[in-house]
Amino acid sequence: MLPSALELERVRKVFSRKQRSLARRVSHTSGRKDVVALESLNLTVDRREIFGVLGPNGSGKSTLIRLVSTLLLPDSGTIRVFGHDIEKEEFAVKRLINRVSVDAAFFKKFSPLENLTYAARLYGMPMSEARGKMREILLRLGLKEETFTEPMERMSRGMQQKVAVARGFLTSPSLLLLDEPTTGLDPYSKRDVQAFVREVRESHDATVVLTTHDMDEAERLCDRIAILDKGKVIALDTAEGLKNLVPKQDGNAPTLEDVFIALTGGRMEDKELEVAE
Amino acid sequence: MSRLVNESRGAYAFIERNVHLIKRYWGWELVWFFYSLVNSLAVTYIGAGMERISGQPMDTEYLIMYLLVGTLIWTYLSMIFYSISEMIAWERWEGTIEYTFMAPVSRPTQLVGTTLFAIGYGVFRTLLTLLIVAAFFRLDLSQANLGGAVLLLFAGSVSFVGLGILAAVLPLLYPERGAQMTNAAAALLLLVSGVYYPIAILPVWLQWIARGSPATYVIEGMRACLLHRAPTGSLLSTVFPLIGAGCGVILVGLFVFQRVERYAKKTGRLKRSG
Repeated sequence: MLPSALELERVRKVFSRKQRSLARRVSHTSGRKDVVALESLNLTVDRREIFGVLGPNGSGKSTLIRLVSTLLLPDSGTIRVFGHDIEKEEFAVKRLINRVSVDAAFFKKFSPLENLTYAARLYGMPMSEARGKMREILLRLGLKEETFTEPMERMSRGMQQKVAVARGFLTSPSLLLLDEPTTGLDPYSKRDVQAFVREVRESHDATVVLTTHDMDEAERLCDRIAILDKGKVIALDTAEGLKNLVPKQDGNAPTLEDVFIALTGGRMEDKELEVAE
Repeated sequence: MSRLVNESRGAYAFIERNVHLIKRYWGWELVWFFYSLVNSLAVTYIGAGMERISGQPMDTEYLIMYLLVGTLIWTYLSMIFYSISEMIAWERWEGTIEYTFMAPVSRPTQLVGTTLFAIGYGVFRTLLTLLIVAAFFRLDLSQANLGGAVLLLFAGSVSFVGLGILAAVLPLLYPERGAQMTNAAAALLLLVSGVYYPIAILPVWLQWIARGSPATYVIEGMRACLLHRAPTGSLLSTVFPLIGAGCGVILVGLFVFQRVERYAKKTGRLKRSG
């Protein structure tokens, strides 16, 4: 039997944060505070699945994505990508994944083509193949040809994010990690990106893990959705299955947002202070 | 074979990226080049003025060449040091560190690309400085063993690559202050390595540190080569230990870097930008 695209077993991640001197004096504690980002997390994502992760700020979504991206190491537990352990077979995992994060990080003075060329070379792609693919993906995402050689710093946030999406797809990853990829995009751009995600899953057999605050997006794209709170999965099902967890609201079927609020319980302000993910 | 091809593509990515960075930040590069050129000229003019400062007759031409060799070799070695030590700092400044560290490219490959760029750019800038300085002073290279000088420069490059890797660890550990710490390390090397004076004039404890700096041997050897036409054979007793020690420091540097990278991944230090 083929291994799942992604398996997490009892994954725990704690960050030790330095407290500011005032907070330390008020709380009469030592200089460091442990913040639990993920608590004994178990999760399995099937091949070719678009798997959504919802959760309030500080719930552990970005930590989860960073762990799978090999940018963080778990304190305990195991993470396997297509059967490869992220610690023991880091290189094999890196070849299978790519990530689009909410903050499109680029060499700001480089053009989209220069940034994508850098990415293609890092991933060992032959340039003869990469050049055509870059243009194809950028055009498919709605970028105009004349912007390809403009410095990224002159582009709008939305255009930069589209280049980030193009970079994520350029290397044809088997597992694509999308960390709030459409945050800050206008509705047209959002639709472009969402359509592209679906298209890539169909054409390339890719598995996608998507974290988002956009409930419509999660419902539209994801086969299954996990709701994360305080580093734990508190619910996991299809969008329809999740809606069945909550009673009808004034006789109407609950929306995914209703489910989210009911399950996470309106403690979002507290959480925003709790962890800087 | 395919692994080798992929890694060479990865190494080239860093060379090409650094060339683009130089092109895009050309204004800054020009400012730094001007600063370094003026610094070289100012130091060399001290040699030209020594006879007047002391009121004693002196071999001014020798003094000029003595200081010029020091300043040019330091320009080159510090370029190697900064190019490598800043490989992480650049990623922090641009915010791309996570993307680069997530890519399937090994750290030694990143280092090979960065080093090749550093040597090429270092040679280019040093030669340009030499050409401009030559317009200000009469340079007598009739006593120079240029072949030996190239050999020493190569040995010096190897030794500074390792130091650069060790210094690159600092921005990984200290996102905000790491880059400044590498400046302090370079300043200490400048003080003890006999760039502008013989290390014999330093206090004994600083001379001990000087003996640990590869720049001391490179600069001493270069002066012997360019000012006293030391034969290449006599330089080998400096060249081989420099290359040997350099390779040792590179291995230690890579080991330390990998340990620190792991620590950074454990503690979440890759994310924060400086």
